[in-house]
Amino acid sequence: MQLGKATREAYGEALAALGAEMPELVVLDADLSKSTMSKKFADKFPERFFNIGIAEANMVGIAAGLASAGKVPFASSFASFLICKGFDQMRMSVAYQGENVKFCGTHAGISIGEDGVSQQGIEDIALACALNGFVVIAPADETEMRAAVRAAALHQGPVYLRAGRPKAPIIYPDGKSEFVIGKADMLRDGRDLTIIANGLLVGPALEAAEQLAGEGIAVRVLNMATIKPLDTDAVVAAAKETGAILVAEEHINHGGLGSAVAMAVTAHAPAPMAFVNIGDRYAESGTGEALMEKYGLTTADVANAAKQLLARK
Amino acid sequence: MLAQSNGLTLDALRDKAKVIRRHVVEMITAAKSGHPGGSLSAADILTALYFGGVLRHDPANPLDPNRDRFILSKGHAVPVLYATLAEAGYIPVDQLTTLRQLGSTLQGHPSKADLPIMEASTGSLGQGLSVGVGMALAAKMDMADYRVYVMIGDGEAEEGQIWEAAMYAGAAKVDQLVAILDYNKCQLDGTIEEILNWEPVAEKWAAFGWHIIEINGHDMAEILRALEEARQITGKPVCIIAHTVKGEGVSFMACNNEWHGKAPTADECAKALAELA
Ligand SMILES: Cc1ncc(C[n+]2csc(CCOP(=O)(O)OP(=O)(O)O)c2C)c(N)n1
Repeated sequence: MQLGKATREAYGEALAALGAEMPELVVLDADLSKSTMSKKFADKFPERFFNIGIAEANMVGIAAGLASAGKVPFASSFASFLICKGFDQMRMSVAYQGENVKFCGTHAGISIGEDGVSQQGIEDIALACALNGFVVIAPADETEMRAAVRAAALHQGPVYLRAGRPKAPIIYPDGKSEFVIGKADMLRDGRDLTIIANGLLVGPALEAAEQLAGEGIAVRVLNMATIKPLDTDAVVAAAKETGAILVAEEHINHGGLGSAVAMAVTAHAPAPMAFVNIGDRYAESGTGEALMEKYGLTTADVANAAKQLLARK
Repeated sequence: MLAQSNGLTLDALRDKAKVIRRHVVEMITAAKSGHPGGSLSAADILTALYFGGVLRHDPANPLDPNRDRFILSKGHAVPVLYATLAEAGYIPVDQLTTLRQLGSTLQGHPSKADLPIMEASTGSLGQGLSVGVGMALAAKMDMADYRVYVMIGDGEAEEGQIWEAAMYAGAAKVDQLVAILDYNKCQLDGTIEEILNWEPVAEKWAAFGWHIIEINGHDMAEILRALEEARQITGKPVCIIAHTVKGEGVSFMACNNEWHGKAPTADECAKALAELA
C-alpha cells in the first residue's frame, strides 16, 4: 500500500492548523516535541506552547490546571512515558472530574523499532480505556489523525489519541470529511467474516481481505479507530451478518481493541472470534518492519488467522 | 575474594577512552540509529570507573554478590556501556556491532532481561537512582561493602523520581551510593538552559543531604580524584557533578545537539574514527 505521512506528523500539523482557529488551544510536551511533532505548533504559537522538561507526570498535572481555567490543552510524549508516568495524574487530576484535557501518545506499538522495550508503548490503550470518561482513539492514517485531532479539540472531556512513528499506509486517499467519535468505518463489505482493526493494522486488514477475496472469501473490514466508546452497533451487526470476528491491533492481548470488541460480541451476539496482536510479552530492538513480522502483525498473519477462524465458523 | 584491581596509568586510560569512543561511533553507525552525543560525554567517566581501579568487579564472575554496581540510568547512552564492558572482557568485542539488531542481547536501551550484567533495565528516564538506593540499602542490611554508582543525565534529572530518590537517600543517610551527573548541558529538544534551567544544581543536591564533588568530566585525573574522594565519604550519599560536553571527542558532534539521537553515515563515521585515531 502507498505510504503517507506518519500519524505523529499529522498530529503536529493538525495542532498547528487548529491553533489559528482556537485561541484557547495550548500545547504541552515533555522534551520530545521534535519527535511527537508538537514542535510544528510550538514554532507557530510559541506563547501557547509549554515544554515542561522530562517530567511527564508534572506535565499531565499542569495540563489539568490549564484545562480547569478554560484552556484546551493537548499534551504529548511517547505513549509509553505519557501514559505510564502520567497515569495517576490522568486518573485523579483529569478523569475523576472529567477535565477537558487531550493527550497524544506517539511512537506507540512496536513499529517504533530499534529503541526497544522501554520506548514501546504496547499497553497504552488498555490503560487509557481504564480511565473513566476517556475517549480513546487510534487513527489509521494521516488523514484520519488530522480529523481526529479536530474532533478531540471540539469534544468536551478527556481524550487519548494514539500516534505511530513510521509512515502509515494511506487508508483515506480521498480525504475524510469528519471524524465521528465512536463510529466505526466500514472500509469494505463482505459476508463471510469481519476483520476489525485500527492504527497500523488497518492496512494489513485491507490487504488480507483483498487476498482472501481472491480465494472466494468475502471479508468485511471495519476501521475501529475509536476504542472507547466502542461502536457496539457496528460490532453486533458484524457478528450477526458475518458470523465471525477477527480483531487486529498493535497492542498487547489484554485490554485493547480485542477485549472491547469481545465484550460487545459476547454480550449481544456471540460468535467465534480470533485475535491478532502482540500477545502477552515484551518485544525487543529491531527495525519496525522486522518486529511487526516477528511479533505476528503482518498481512500474512491477519490472512492466516482469518482462515483459521473461518474453519471454526 | 573480589578485589579492586590496579588502575591503568593516566595515559593508558586516555587511550582506552579513545578506543571506547571508537566503538561507540562504529556501533551506532552499524545500527543506523542510537544516541552518540550522550554516549560520548560519558566515555571518560566510564573508562575511569572500569579501568581506573575504581569499580570492584570481575568479568570471570560478573554476578559476584560483592561486586560494585554500576547503573546507567540515562539508558539511551548504553552504547558507551556496552563498549566499556566489551573492553573489560564481559562482551565479545565483535558482538558490539549487533547493537539494536533483532535477536541481539545488545538492546537499544539496557535490558537486564536480555543481558543480566545490566544492573537495571533503563531507558524510561528517571528510574535508575531509586534502584541504586535499594541496592545500597541491601548492602547495608547484609553488611556488605560494595558500592553503587548511578549515572544520570542532566535532562533526566528533571524527572520527579530523581528528586524523590535524592531526598530519601539524603534523609536516610544512604552511603555506599554515588550519583554521577553527566552534566553535558543538553537534553533532547535543546539545552538545559532553554528547556528547564535547574541551576543551582550543586546547592540542590547539597540541600538534600548529599556530599557534592564538582569536576571536569573529561579530565581523567580529576575524575579519579573525585571517585577516590567519594570512596572516603561515609554517612551520606555522594553526588559527583561532572561538567561534560555532549559529543566530546568528535569535533562535529561536540556541543551539537543534532547528534543527540542520530546515527552517523559511513562517511561521518570514517571522519570521526580518524579524529579518534
Ligand atoms: C521518561 C522518558 N521521557 C522521555 C524520554 C525520551 N528521551 C530520551 S533521551 C532524552 C533526553 C535526555 O537528556 P539527558 O538526560 O540530558 O541525556 P544526554 O543529554 O546526556 O543524552 C529524552 C527526552 C525517555 N527516554 N524517557
